[in-house]
Amino acid sequence: MPVTQTLRNGAWRVVELITTPVVPTDYLDVIAPLRNPNVLRARVEAVHRETANAVTLELRPGRGWQPHEAGQYVRLGVDVDGIRLWRSYSVSSAAGQRSGRISVTVNAVADGVVSSYLLANARRGMIVNLDLPAGDFVVPARRPAKSLFVTAGSGITPVMGILRSTLHELPDVVVVHSARTGEDVVFGAELRALAAAGKLTLIERHTGADGRLKPADLDELVPDLFERETWACGPGEMLDALADHWSEAGAAERLHVERFRPTVLVAGDGGSVTFERSGAEVEAPAGVSILDAGEAAGQLMPSGCRMGICFKCVLPMRQGIVRDMRDGQITSAVEGDNVLIQTCISAAAGPCHLDA
Amino acid sequence: MQRQENNPIAHLTAEDIEAIGRELDAIRDEVIAVRGERDAAYIRRVIKVQRSLEMGSRAVLLFSLFPPAWIVGTAGLSVAKILENMEIGHNILHGQYDFMRDPKIHSTTWEWDMATPANQWQHSHNEVHHKYTNVVGKDNDLGYGIMRVDENQRWHPFFLAQPLWNFINACFFEYGIAAYDLELGRNLKTKKRRRNPVFRANLKAVGRKIGKQALKDYVIHPALSGPSFLHTIAANFTANVIRNIWSHSVIMCGHFPNGVSTFERTSIKDETRGEWYLRQMLGSANISGSKLMHIMTGNLSHQIEHHLFPDLPASRYAEVAVKVRALFEKYDLPYVTGPFPKQVASAWAKVIRLSLPNRKPTPDADNSIPPRRPVAEPVTA
Repeated sequence: MPVTQTLRNGAWRVVELITTPVVPTDYLDVIAPLRNPNVLRARVEAVHRETANAVTLELRPGRGWQPHEAGQYVRLGVDVDGIRLWRSYSVSSAAGQRSGRISVTVNAVADGVVSSYLLANARRGMIVNLDLPAGDFVVPARRPAKSLFVTAGSGITPVMGILRSTLHELPDVVVVHSARTGEDVVFGAELRALAAAGKLTLIERHTGADGRLKPADLDELVPDLFERETWACGPGEMLDALADHWSEAGAAERLHVERFRPTVLVAGDGGSVTFERSGAEVEAPAGVSILDAGEAAGQLMPSGCRMGICFKCVLPMRQGIVRDMRDGQITSAVEGDNVLIQTCISAAAGPCHLDA
Repeated sequence: MQRQENNPIAHLTAEDIEAIGRELDAIRDEVIAVRGERDAAYIRRVIKVQRSLEMGSRAVLLFSLFPPAWIVGTAGLSVAKILENMEIGHNILHGQYDFMRDPKIHSTTWEWDMATPANQWQHSHNEVHHKYTNVVGKDNDLGYGIMRVDENQRWHPFFLAQPLWNFINACFFEYGIAAYDLELGRNLKTKKRRRNPVFRANLKAVGRKIGKQALKDYVIHPALSGPSFLHTIAANFTANVIRNIWSHSVIMCGHFPNGVSTFERTSIKDETRGEWYLRQMLGSANISGSKLMHIMTGNLSHQIEHHLFPDLPASRYAEVAVKVRALFEKYDLPYVTGPFPKQVASAWAKVIRLSLPNRKPTPDADNSIPPRRPVAEPVTA
């Protein structure tokens, strides 16, 4: 209906004029933060403690949310000490809940700023920022006849989402899960109940007593190992070892892995700066601003005062790590973060990728 | 050119100046170390209060046919507009809250209730004024290009009317700022400049911005008020003028009062970080007063601290001021401050005094910054 569409657009433009220079939703945000379709947010509706180190947050996503597939993750933006930090968490609830809620299970990791914050501070009613679900750690629509899930620690969370959504469609399921002790098994009670009901075969491994699980152990635990479509999630070393084991057996395509801990960035001195749009790559030593290094190499860059006060040289850092040359503050970004940095006072403290 | 009777820094050595720089850097580091939750909560609260106040006042103005509603609505809207420009817009556009990484409260995305578009103002204010504070010929904030504010500037009969220009500029300050950010006078002078595509694009952006702002205040909201149409127009106009006069007064207090130094273009060649700091210290003036006063000026009542640390959250300036003032005393430097009426009067007195010709200041006074160490450090080091 083009006429109503035109009328609606016209009416909206008038509403926008009422609130200019901000947009109407900026006012609405004061009352109803979940109504804003341009900024996706979620309200924490409930907090359940899973283990000493893990909590499940039940979230009600606001307008603009698109339902997830079992096994996918979402990025949560949480303000920790006034700074918005984004982290990825697997959705642990079943897909397509009628309530519209999703849940994520947060396992507090050592030095994990966001996970520790959520463990201590997540409360009902809290608003968090949200990204649309992503990730291809999903079970295909054509369900496999035999499946295996190998998980460790909080690696169980995306698998729990898969089991809760699709277990009734999977005829033969083995879950091999390792955690430090029996109490540390996130969703332990639920997994054991499913096993007792004969819906899956659960093999628990308690690394505190039995030691770490080696891929070779799996040959014994799961005799038809390579006949199974396998999903694995856990620490990087475990996934690397599994990937080797599967490719040695010529079954690499049957293994699907999800890495949930991003590479930890350690600040060093200087680094290569990649300008992703122009494709230029520049070596930027410590003590030289990214602006100077970029310009010296012929990269076109926005600039202003060149002393950190005018904010005209701000560019998004897609990933990398920089040091403020005035006070030594470290700023890092992992893929998807797009942290805005002042290039005139920032020196590379490792490899950096800029959106310029 | 230290336009002072006595050079206020004659007693400082080059080493002193670099030491001042290091001490100020240390004060900055202390704030950076604690900057966080409190500052984020503060700016969010001010934004919330401002938006609620603006919505409430505009709702009341729908009935501005009734005099009490007119008065309450106009007063509320004036305060809302002042808060929006000063404590919120000015400070966010300085990048003070960029550390929050909230894309909605960020120097690259914020737009304000002003005739001049945020990014044009950021160029003329953050980049030019803050870098070249009080350098005659470089910092156009000195007199905004239409006034004589320094004894050394050549007098011209045009300046006789500058008290009047200043008053008109105060009433329509937002448009004055827009014209100033566009460097309108300079850019309209020659055909070549008028045709410069950058200038034309900026001009277009200002036109769009003014159009939207005017439509909002003088057409849409009055129309929504129905029978109160004309009253709402009058209310919005009044609120804009009050906001303009207020911000003009606050800004005049920042660099015009007696005791503030101005500098020669040549004095900033190869300037070190310490010297830059020193110029901010001597080139700015504060307003003393209550907490409410500080909030309503967007903490530009702490102009000295703002010029030293333009990117620190403004609500921190009050605590920073204690340390900064102690530093002024330690190095025996003039910390220019006073109550609002006194500072406004002092600035106006200067505008009026310099509208008349004056004796040429003694040329042989030594007003130079002491000799530097042989190798100048880069400013950002």
